[in-house]
Amino acid sequence: MRPELKHDIRLIDTTLRDGSHAMAHQFTEQQVRDTVRALDRAGVEVIEVTHGDGLGGSSFNYGFSHTDEMTLIAAAREEARQARIAVLLVPGIGTVDDLKRARDAGADMVRVATHCTEADVSPQHFQAARDLGMETAGFLMMAHRTPPEDLAKQARIMVDAGCQAPYCTDSAGALLMHEAKARFEALVAEVGDEAWVGYHGHQNLSFGVANSVIAQEVGVRYIDGSLCALGAGSGNSPTEVLAAVFDRLGVDTGVDVMALLDAAEDVVRPYLNRWPKMDRNAIVQGWAGVYSSFLLHAEAAAERYKVPAHAILRRCGEIGLVGGQEDMIIDVALQLAAEGER
Amino acid sequence: MAFPPHVGADILVPMSTDRVPAAIVGPGNIGTDLLAKLQRSPAIEVAYMVGVVESDGLKRARDKGIAASAEGVDWLLRQDPLPQIVFEATSAKAHQANAPRYAEAGIQAVDLTPAHLGPMVCPPVNLRDHIDAPNVSMITCGGQATIPMVHAVSRVTRVPYAEIVASVASRGAGPGTRANIDEFTHTTSGAVSEVGGAERGKAIIILNPVEPPMIMRDTVFCMIGPDADHDAISASIHEMALEVQQYVPGYTLRAEPQFDDPRDSWQGNGRVAVFLEVKGNGDYLPEYAGNLDIMTAAAARVGELMAAEKLEAAR
Repeated sequence: MRPELKHDIRLIDTTLRDGSHAMAHQFTEQQVRDTVRALDRAGVEVIEVTHGDGLGGSSFNYGFSHTDEMTLIAAAREEARQARIAVLLVPGIGTVDDLKRARDAGADMVRVATHCTEADVSPQHFQAARDLGMETAGFLMMAHRTPPEDLAKQARIMVDAGCQAPYCTDSAGALLMHEAKARFEALVAEVGDEAWVGYHGHQNLSFGVANSVIAQEVGVRYIDGSLCALGAGSGNSPTEVLAAVFDRLGVDTGVDVMALLDAAEDVVRPYLNRWPKMDRNAIVQGWAGVYSSFLLHAEAAAERYKVPAHAILRRCGEIGLVGGQEDMIIDVALQLAAEGER
Repeated sequence: MAFPPHVGADILVPMSTDRVPAAIVGPGNIGTDLLAKLQRSPAIEVAYMVGVVESDGLKRARDKGIAASAEGVDWLLRQDPLPQIVFEATSAKAHQANAPRYAEAGIQAVDLTPAHLGPMVCPPVNLRDHIDAPNVSMITCGGQATIPMVHAVSRVTRVPYAEIVASVASRGAGPGTRANIDEFTHTTSGAVSEVGGAERGKAIIILNPVEPPMIMRDTVFCMIGPDADHDAISASIHEMALEVQQYVPGYTLRAEPQFDDPRDSWQGNGRVAVFLEVKGNGDYLPEYAGNLDIMTAAAARVGELMAAEKLEAAR
């Protein structure tokens, strides 16, 4: 049931989805068209285009989209010659109705994302994706929050529901190399005979590319990146760096490294209003295990309530917030401000 | 309206001793917690607990001296007296099958399942409109927690859009919710507008597995006009919190309502955000499961007011 691999690994670019966080969800149709055209030309097989928080993410809680995601998905579909267009769907935020609209707009693949212990909310969406004839992958987010063997059981739930590629999704960029490796191995052992295993990294502790290399060595076959690292927190493993590194390793990705470097430098870099970087706030996210997408929201709350963003983020880690609980950032900032007054 | 059979014999009996006979169908965690709440009711007497297989829930009910049976609604409808109100805490499918039978027997149904056959009710918002309805739906847990606040804002000022975020402890989300999480999203967002009074609604639910389990948290964002009266909105929110506390004592505002200035990306509108904590009463369900507690508490409240209405009519 899993698709055939055309190359040693399948590079999946999420500049236009995870990057949406760093862009505060303000992507324009032109930026999407230009980026898709460049990625497609460079040979990237899958390009993800959605609001950062997935289908239906445009909201007060996560930020409203500048341009409706269905418009962006349709534009991406028009520009892509060989690449498949993927969308993200987080059950609890997006619904099967949203998925049908995305399919109508031209999406070929869906990645259904749950917290790493909550995979049993996803079967409804995998079933719908199969009924719609879409390729599937599954994100087990905040993978640092559960041990490898438990993560593998959650991957099993997804695969049994129709997921072709469960992911170890390091949403907080928190996994050290040995921790990432243990999770990759557990997933490959559990589902490796019937599905591909994926890795989605963040750079908060600078391990995105290193963990991707380990991933490939132990059998992970879907690897995510973003051009210029454009993504939440200090961004994702840069797709152009992954391409160069795997080329040096002799791992075939099917991607033209120079074309990808051009895409990063000439297409994405000019529209960046912030280049994701390992600054204090983002490092705290990796260190304290905080969902990377909280970064901009914490910075906004810090400014409004006059408490440091890194203090907000640390507290978010201490109380164990998970992806999607952006509303709690304001609550945390208010609590910290009140504590400061006492 | 018919007299409650055990009451009608002597109309000189003071009101406080008159209680309307009721049944709980579905003796699981929800049904058991509901029983604990209704046993404190001055207006309702839970006479029957009904399941379809022998269970701990039926045994717990029997231990409390309640007639309990594993023979389903067939058994219930043979009882004399019949209940006047039935609380259904089974599944959508079971309620779809049972609802017409209750209606035929003249029994009012308070539906805690996702069947949503009758009008959606939230006690402090619209129960008065549906007090005589043959069947009412308790919406969803997130709806019961947040719709009072959407209404608190929309009764003061126009709300073009409202959005709620419900954060629930993983342990408090059962297999039914998990298998059909879209149902929560659809029903709640519909109710935010239909019942809450926003022109458009959106609902988000997050499950958090942190240990010890987190107490239910809800955030309500309402879009408001640039000239909306912040003091009046805040006052209305505080007043509504007190109303909900009458039946959910652990329903609290985590902070003062937060107002955001108008923004272009909000079509020139501003925003008010309300941060709620819903701590359960710990009757049978654990305190963190405020999401389940607010369902049983709201259902008990609905039943209570329906029963009071029946007693009033019978007098």
